[in-house]
Amino acid sequence: MILEKLLSNEVGKKLFLLGNEAAVRGAIEAGVSIAATYPGTPSSEIGNILYYLSKDTNIYFEFSVNEKVAMEVVATGAVSGLRSFTFMKHVGLNVASDSFITTAYNGVNAGMVILTADDPSMFSSQNEQDNRHYARLAKIPILEPSNPQEIKDMMIYGFERSEKFKIPVIIRTTTRISHMRGIVELGEINNTINKINNTINNNNILENVHWKKGFFKKNPDQYVPIPKNAAQMHKNLILKLEDIKKIDNKLNKIYSPSNTLKKNFKFNLAIISSGSSFNYAYDIVNKYNLGINILKLGFTYPFPEKEVLKFIKNLDGVFILEEVDPIIEKEVLVIIAKHQLKLSVFGKLNNVFPVIYEFSPDIILNSFKNFYKIANKENNIKNIVSEFNSKKIKINDYNQNRKLKNTKLNNLVENLPNRPPTFCAGCPHRSTFFAVKRTIKELNIPENNVIFASDIGCYTLGINPPYQTADYLLSMGSSVGDGGGFSKATNQLIMSFIGDSTFFHSGISPLINGIHNKDKFVLTVLDNRTTAMTGGQPNPGLNVDGMGDSAPEISIEKIAIGSGAEFVKVINPLNLKKTIETYKKAIEFNGVAVIIVKYPCALIKGLKKKKSMEINYNKCSHCLDCVKILACPAISIKNNKIVIDYLNCRGCTTCTQMCKEKAIKVKDSFR
Amino acid sequence: MISMKKDIYSKNPEFCKNSYTIYICGVGGQGIIKTSTIIGNGAMNEKMNVVMSEIHGMSQRGGAVSTELKIGNYKSSLIEEFNADMIIGFEPIEVVRSLNKANINTKILFNTTPIIPSNITSQKNNYPDIKEIIAILKENYNYIYPINGDQLAKESGDLLTLNMVLLGAATADKTFPISKNKIISSMKDNLKPKLHDMNIEAIEKGYEKIKSFQ
Ligand code: SF4
Ligand code: SF4
Repeated sequence: MILEKLLSNEVGKKLFLLGNEAAVRGAIEAGVSIAATYPGTPSSEIGNILYYLSKDTNIYFEFSVNEKVAMEVVATGAVSGLRSFTFMKHVGLNVASDSFITTAYNGVNAGMVILTADDPSMFSSQNEQDNRHYARLAKIPILEPSNPQEIKDMMIYGFERSEKFKIPVIIRTTTRISHMRGIVELGEINNTINKINNTINNNNILENVHWKKGFFKKNPDQYVPIPKNAAQMHKNLILKLEDIKKIDNKLNKIYSPSNTLKKNFKFNLAIISSGSSFNYAYDIVNKYNLGINILKLGFTYPFPEKEVLKFIKNLDGVFILEEVDPIIEKEVLVIIAKHQLKLSVFGKLNNVFPVIYEFSPDIILNSFKNFYKIANKENNIKNIVSEFNSKKIKINDYNQNRKLKNTKLNNLVENLPNRPPTFCAGCPHRSTFFAVKRTIKELNIPENNVIFASDIGCYTLGINPPYQTADYLLSMGSSVGDGGGFSKATNQLIMSFIGDSTFFHSGISPLINGIHNKDKFVLTVLDNRTTAMTGGQPNPGLNVDGMGDSAPEISIEKIAIGSGAEFVKVINPLNLKKTIETYKKAIEFNGVAVIIVKYPCALIKGLKKKKSMEINYNKCSHCLDCVKILACPAISIKNNKIVIDYLNCRGCTTCTQMCKEKAIKVKDSFR
Repeated sequence: MISMKKDIYSKNPEFCKNSYTIYICGVGGQGIIKTSTIIGNGAMNEKMNVVMSEIHGMSQRGGAVSTELKIGNYKSSLIEEFNADMIIGFEPIEVVRSLNKANINTKILFNTTPIIPSNITSQKNNYPDIKEIIAILKENYNYIYPINGDQLAKESGDLLTLNMVLLGAATADKTFPISKNKIISSMKDNLKPKLHDMNIEAIEKGYEKIKSFQ
């Protein structure tokens, strides 16, 4: 994608866009002035693009220190009259939730959209929570797009509705939608909304920034939720939701299969669906001639009761397809009870569709096959319901890798080596983990007496052999609080690992807690000078901000000292001997020992590649330590010999330092 | 009353018209997402409807990467089991891993240069022999096109053109819905001008290679 295309003024032009690219285009068309995020897959690309395009689009953009701050930056933007946009992965909304929930009470003056990207099947997350629950918890409207075009269109619709009803709007995507590419037709860019008009502010000072400035009109009754005000605000919110329920929206739509395909099945059935599930429903219904109507829901909270009632009234049964939790299903059951309807509901709650993980066309087709197998022999739909009710809960009984017919082929498929993600060649995390494991070995501490409290970042890959440096993990920043907790709960050696960006995100307050409460553990801050896992975004430890401008660099060392840590060391993990020495001292220290291992991520662009290594076969004893214990992907065994792939090797020299026989040295390029 | 027993298995020819599905697989960093985007963009330019699925994130640290492209009336971007019209493999065992998408008439085109998983010494399974993979595939599938893509890419000037070698090869198949020339112009839309010549050469090399098979 050549990013400039997203700036095109050609209305009606078609681009082949990723869902996240479409979200950016939506923000541009909607005239957003303020955008903030903390990077998280599957929403990261939105921020990466804004990093490049913010100045061309009159948008102030920042990578905030965490999602809660991003939420606050955006809420204050919207209340000051500027269209504001925040986006985050699903678990990011947990972090932001404290402020997020109150934004519904405080309301907004200009549009505010919160995009949450859920991750069914957990491609890169610690859970698959369904953030549609948050809409209900906070009483904030939610939209569910099914493809990139809808993401873009719903961005604009969301801003308009948000502005009209003075309430934030959530757009809920999933990995499959954020990382789907599809054809997107461009609309008009509304650049009057965020046109810069900053010649004079109220202090007569010239503001020289590339985004529009708003104005905050005081109204403490509305914006300060002390109990007296909050009570009134909650009432207002309920009334707002009643108004929102009345609007006609274009986002809920009935899809009928073409008439020629209509089947006269003995039961009158239909489907209600949203998001990605709608796509599977649509394809299966049309490809296999199911001949049933689908109500696609794009606006799912407040729940469109009237439309759904009208759709289901005359049906015998309705299938509900949604990812992940049965939320629409429960809403439909409520409508049925409330209006004393007779129809049956087929969904997750009665084991027709799997209750967890993302769907696929195969899963949906298979579920329908099972349904019709039973439905064909029954003449009373209630019997079908009882039969499904009596079934075991459906986790995901569809086996993707069914046996292939040919045995040789089947053997080949079943005995393939796996290919898990690993630390890159030259990754400083590998050097650190190698040093830590060697320290523990040299000190003769049994492995099961060491607890590795891990955190969220590339270094979580340390869970894999040969490193095995992840024993416990909850969330962003949890390694520090967990370290403190384990130090109270056990007498084991506790080693916590956290990345630089994660430390800024949520590691600082638990560090203060640990020191104040006299915990004893070793905290390693893996400072690789970037937010590596999500693609290399800047963080407060660097001297650039979210728009590429220079910014003050915040020192992790000084934060640790300021937090009261008495053992604080900054080391280069590529120096094996020094690293081991430092860890030995840290383990002896009675308190929280902070080691900042500082070396840039191997993927940072523009870093000079150092000379690569090679093996001296006269010295190599073939002990395989470099392959089995260090496991750098640049080192492998070919024809029974250790070889270093000079193209892949980054010249970090960790292998040179760890080899007992001194058999690895800098490749002599003149030979 | 009509029973659904038979109908659920029979496909609607109207819906399946002009459908073409491509599964692309390999290892992080091989240019798989770019290749898929170029195909999708090319299909769009030809007024076809197209949707595509990609997986980002953890998988990019040397893990397996795959994308799915569906041209036709589809809304969903995932290919049904055994339903790929073509598989483009950047790495031999990743092709084997994708066989649940293949049927005997799937065009299976792949690069024969292995990328050995870095943790192979700590796994119980060995990396299978390439010749044997090819032989087993040929026994079971009608259209197997193994090519030494790394070699052709190097000849085009850079190993990084591997993806365009494979894409050029794909366009040589009669069933492939986008012509070589349209793929070249879509490539130009998606890559920086200074890379165009090298990548055109790569596309041509891949194309010629498959032509010589037929
Ligand atoms: S660690 Fe040194 S001696 Fe052992 S196999 Fe590797 S190169 Fe040879
Ligand atoms: S110097 Fe050694 S450990 Fe470092 S990247 Fe090269 S081969 Fe790997």
